[in-house]
Amino acid sequence: MAHKRREMLIDPLVDNNPITLQVLGICSALAVTSSLQVAFVMAIAVTLVTAFASLFISMIRSQIPGSIRIIVQMVIIASLVILVDQVLKAFAYEISKTLSVFVGLIITNCIVMGRAEAFAMKNGPIDSFIDGVGNGLGYGLILMLVGVIRELFGSGSLFGVTILETVNNGGWYVPNGMLLLPPSAFFIIGLIIWAFRTWKPGQVEEREYKIQTVEAH
Amino acid sequence: MSDNDLNTNKGPIRRFLDAPADSVGKTVFVAVTLCLVASMIVSAAAVALRPLQEVNALKDKQINILQVAGIYDPDADVVESFQAFEPRILELETGAFTDAFDVASFDDRAAAEDPATSVALDEDPAGIVRQGKFVTVYLLRDDAGAIDKVILPIHGYGLWSTLYGFIALEENGNDIFALQFYEHAETPGLGAEVDNPRWKSLWNGKKLADENGELQISVTKSVPAAGADYHIDALAGATLTTVGVHNLLNFWMGESGYAPFLANLKAGDI
Repeated sequence: MAHKRREMLIDPLVDNNPITLQVLGICSALAVTSSLQVAFVMAIAVTLVTAFASLFISMIRSQIPGSIRIIVQMVIIASLVILVDQVLKAFAYEISKTLSVFVGLIITNCIVMGRAEAFAMKNGPIDSFIDGVGNGLGYGLILMLVGVIRELFGSGSLFGVTILETVNNGGWYVPNGMLLLPPSAFFIIGLIIWAFRTWKPGQVEEREYKIQTVEAH
Repeated sequence: MSDNDLNTNKGPIRRFLDAPADSVGKTVFVAVTLCLVASMIVSAAAVALRPLQEVNALKDKQINILQVAGIYDPDADVVESFQAFEPRILELETGAFTDAFDVASFDDRAAAEDPATSVALDEDPAGIVRQGKFVTVYLLRDDAGAIDKVILPIHGYGLWSTLYGFIALEENGNDIFALQFYEHAETPGLGAEVDNPRWKSLWNGKKLADENGELQISVTKSVPAAGADYHIDALAGATLTTVGVHNLLNFWMGESGYAPFLANLKAGDI
């Protein structure tokens, strides 16, 4: 059992990553990764929301009527997100201003909803909680990877600490401005997915079509 | 033993929990309970955290005032740096300061909603419905004690939200030093580019009114006849936010806004 739980935690990091394998939660991954600090806070927020939403939904799963189960899940997720938003406004005002609408948009993050519907509705509370943490961390891992690339090459710093002195500040590094714009995250996530699937060919989906080959008569 | 016999041995709560989740009664019960619990948790958090959030919001506002005045130092203590300003309550209609209220406890937004201290606007280009008769302005004096800059609060409706900001004017009451919004909910990447440092830097050195005292300032796509000194380039992809900024600026710098005060300032009566 302990072994299985460890797998549930580690599996979503690479083998079953919500962003690279399931391609969920892309919208926020584009928006909040231009600086590492913001990406880090977002990763923690999503992990907490996913974990606790899964926990609470799993606790009452046998009582949730099938006809309103999505609404019930949404109410729980939305309440948790509001809670996170309020806490951020109270303790990390600057970051909450930068994250602006994206904290609220955790509600619509497919990862939270997906884990609630696919896992928490069918498994016990502790398992669901661990599954939520694992998937949140899997999302966070990609967020941090993208964040490192974007902040380092886009503004020459990591966590706001200057690594590459930019030309504007009298250094030598000419920052790549495109990396600070959302489209660059598309390219980076695409490259990460490519790298993951080259490393683990099992993640490559089967083609939905077959190319016809002409046989010699 | 049938199910009925089993149920009679259990308490009413147990029996209710064992009832099929899809029954109408259960559905209504789950929906109502969940909403009650969720709303209680959310409102408890909102109420409990409000004092902390208000402190943060005030600090953020002070930082914005320091920034718009160009004297913000990230390493210095905000409250201490803020001592550089002389906050005063201004009566908009007369353009003179009043001591009828306590500066420290005066709340501009509450005053703008109170019928005793505000007016409902018939003509409302800034989209603010009610305008307070009194506002808190901040004076920055130079070493000799003469006014160096005045920081005036402005607000108005953009696309999604009311933009709250400050405009810093030079001592002549006509040259813009800077303009900055500290609270808004415009679209990130489009309207929220009002926070873009490069766009904000366009404001420095622009003039509000021409030599004849006509208000000429505009935030538009093309340079107006009055010339580039009175023009700030519009934000690309954010037409409605830009129009909002243009309207609110013209409203607040106009007769129903700060015009009487600016006239007094120019005449040296302040």
